[in-house]
Amino acid sequence: MNIYGEYSMLAMVTAGVIYMLAVLIHAAEWASARGTRVKVRPARTRSAMLAGAVVARGAGTDAADPEPAEPAADTGPTVPEPTHKELLRTEKLGRIGLAITTVGVACHAVGVILRGVAAGRAPWGNMYEFTTTSLLVLMLAYLVVAYRFGMRWLGLLAVLVGTIGLGVAVTVFYVDVAALVPALHSAWFLFHVPLAAIGGAAMNLGAIASILYLVRKRAEEKGTVRGYLAKLPDSARLDRLAYRLNAFAFPLWTIVIAAGAIWAQYAWGRYWNWDPKETFSLVTWAIYAIYLHARATAGWKGTRATIISLVGVVSFWWNFVGVNLFIQGLHSYAK
Amino acid sequence: MSTDTDTRATPVEQPAPDRRRRRDAPGLSLRELLRFCWTQLTAMRTALTLLFLAALAAIPGSLFPQRSVSPGQVRTFLAEQPFWGPVLDALRLFDVYTSPWFSAIYLLLLVSLIGCITPRTIAYAKAVRAQPVATPRRLSRLPAYLSVRTRDPQGALDRAETWLRAKHFRIRRDGDSISAERGYLREAGNLVFHVSLVIMLLGIAAGVLYGYRGTAVVPEGRGFSNNLTQYDDISSGAMFTDRDLTPFTVLADQLDVRFETGPHAFGAPREFTLHARYTEGGPLESATIQVNHPLQLSDGTQVHLLAHGYAPQITVRDGNGQVAWSGPVVFVPEDGNFNSTGVIKVPDARPERLAFEGRLLPTAVVDERGTRSAFPDAENPVLFLTAYAGAPKAESGVPENVYTLDKTGMRQLTRAQEIQLTPGSSYQLPDGGSVSFDGLQRWTRLQVSHTPAMGVTLVGTGLAVLGLCLSLFIRPRRLWVRVPAVGAGGDPVIEVAGLDRADARSGLDIDVEDLAIAAADLDRAAPGNGPDPADTETPSRVTGDRAEES
Ligand code: HEM
Repeated sequence: MNIYGEYSMLAMVTAGVIYMLAVLIHAAEWASARGTRVKVRPARTRSAMLAGAVVARGAGTDAADPEPAEPAADTGPTVPEPTHKELLRTEKLGRIGLAITTVGVACHAVGVILRGVAAGRAPWGNMYEFTTTSLLVLMLAYLVVAYRFGMRWLGLLAVLVGTIGLGVAVTVFYVDVAALVPALHSAWFLFHVPLAAIGGAAMNLGAIASILYLVRKRAEEKGTVRGYLAKLPDSARLDRLAYRLNAFAFPLWTIVIAAGAIWAQYAWGRYWNWDPKETFSLVTWAIYAIYLHARATAGWKGTRATIISLVGVVSFWWNFVGVNLFIQGLHSYAK
Repeated sequence: MSTDTDTRATPVEQPAPDRRRRRDAPGLSLRELLRFCWTQLTAMRTALTLLFLAALAAIPGSLFPQRSVSPGQVRTFLAEQPFWGPVLDALRLFDVYTSPWFSAIYLLLLVSLIGCITPRTIAYAKAVRAQPVATPRRLSRLPAYLSVRTRDPQGALDRAETWLRAKHFRIRRDGDSISAERGYLREAGNLVFHVSLVIMLLGIAAGVLYGYRGTAVVPEGRGFSNNLTQYDDISSGAMFTDRDLTPFTVLADQLDVRFETGPHAFGAPREFTLHARYTEGGPLESATIQVNHPLQLSDGTQVHLLAHGYAPQITVRDGNGQVAWSGPVVFVPEDGNFNSTGVIKVPDARPERLAFEGRLLPTAVVDERGTRSAFPDAENPVLFLTAYAGAPKAESGVPENVYTLDKTGMRQLTRAQEIQLTPGSSYQLPDGGSVSFDGLQRWTRLQVSHTPAMGVTLVGTGLAVLGLCLSLFIRPRRLWVRVPAVGAGGDPVIEVAGLDRADARSGLDIDVEDLAIAAADLDRAAPGNGPDPADTETPSRVTGDRAEES
């Protein structure tokens, strides 16, 4: 192994350890929010000038609320109880978790870049490289939504995925640096992989938002939104965020499949071979199409549609890991 | 078009049509029955079910070996599972993607798709040209509603119109109200997407029906002409005829192969390049064919490099001293180090016909694991042969497998693998005659394929992505402004309302508020243009909102 390869490995392992630390801190953050409860906030006004002039208002619910009948819809956005010492601690832990994650991501990025330097090419020639690169994209996507859109509440689960993924990559998938096999020398391959990683990152973050949606919605239906859940956006909003992430991922995933097919045409003279990898990316695509249709179908909105999107992400992971490990196909880089 | 989507496209005041309405089955006429089937088939729920079935049906094809991909594995499976093998086979689980049940699902999906698009396209064509709907009487029943006082009710509609135009709304102004709508492209995008799916499927179908794909083994120095007799195997669609074979010839001049010599992945393939010349009727042109870089002919036919191996150049003299065979013999690699086996048949040798079974080691080594090839490149080629002889056989015309030797009527001339040759050496056979190993060449397996209408499929895919993006990212919205005469307290009041026409959109409240501010001219009227209270909320909330409005 050349020296860059060694440093790359060191950086990856360090990143994994830092992620683990961040997970612990986010877990502490969740635990520290035990005392938080939902409090209804008065209807939001756009501005002071509007406040003076308003005569009457509609119900204030969002027109797009998937289930206007749900009890939580009327309670509006929620905030934790103010100025509690515990609250401050929760906030502090959250910030520390995010800061530590940022350091971890930096390490992770160094690891991926050094791996590329060591191999003298883009670092996605085998399962190990593909996994570490994709996880980096996932973690970067998380940082973007956490810093820019205040979605730090994704932290615990997102970093957990990062930790487990990097751990498995380093221990199970690791292979030494080597040149690419000829089949991977293709511009379409270079295009296919990062798009798949970005689409995958959006699907995963979407799935995390979906899980939190399901949990929070249940709590809302029972009328007891407590602990960290109370700090989350309300269920309608979580549902919308999950939808946004999935809706962003879906066209990307379409392009990923198309790029893969074009590459296959160059590599094998046949754009669709029904090899397991292709089949499962199509199945994943179809599941997300079902999800989008389900959202538009009365009776399937909300929980049921969300569960379909979770089936989609399971299919994504099976395609990513399961097919590579358990099924043999044309995609030789799986080894 | 499904009732489910109808409800989504209409303002909320209208009650949804009752989907549970039942028609009494006994009284159905044939016409009604057909109509009923059509309605069912084109309902959104059916699309959902069919999509689900299609996804489900694709799965077994990746769990069981498929004949089209790995016929060998299917044979092994059938041999190892005497009970389950035939059962699965009867269920067509080894040919999932050509099975009747799979075809049925995607054909139904196609019909459902077309049945769904047609009425929606007609409805859309009308909607695009139509004006926005008239302002509903009771705006306060809409999901977003605001009424605000204003000091200047006369200018309110003008100001509202300016604001709406800047936001690219289509506007209908009648008397005391404005009805505005935006986001027509969303439905257009959705239709384009679904139509593109049909285009794609048609393109794929054309490619499958009229296309062909075949392979042929060509030693270096030899050529391939595109006609059926030259193929080792060929598969083609139902509508394919020989005339669809484009005439061309490829000469395989030289194959350059490079393998990994570094410590990692030692022996892994690194590069194959076939230096070739080809003609489609005109003068010979040179070309290089590589993995991922097929030779592209003018009508879209592609020639791919699929595999390669060794073809020792052999000369055999018979008992009469005549040259009975001279040329390359294709040896089949059996592992990554190209331990290869092959058969040399010399039916024309006299007085007796001759044959040899051979083993070729491109980089021969002898170690505790025996005599074997240790590297795929030809570093130290050694050819081991076992000779056979027999009485001449009448030409039967039945094609024989060139890779196996039928030893009936033949006797073994030498001990197994007694003959050991290196390039340039030769061996005298016991009963006269000789065999010589003149040199080592390579062979390539070329694949010739033609998939018509690939451009149609590609354009369909591109349009699908475009339509999808419009459909997913455009947010249709309706806004209304009305200027009633006088409000409750005696002040002039204007009403603003909004409705979103798509799933999971947000920011409607904000648009309604902004429109109210613009129409009532509160910008100027308000005393303190202080900071937005929303901006002073807890940090995570504010940014959370921003995420949705961006
Ligand atoms: C090959 C099968 C199909 C696929 C892959 C597919 C895919 C999609 C996708 C991805 C969307 C989401 C776009 C959006 O949310 O705006 C969508 C929307 C839609 N599809 Fe399909 N579709 C298929 C067949 C059908 C069929 C057969 C129907 C007719 C019943 C249909 C009706 C609709 C409708 C009405 C929408 C709009 C939903 C909305 O307004 O959000 N689709 N389809």
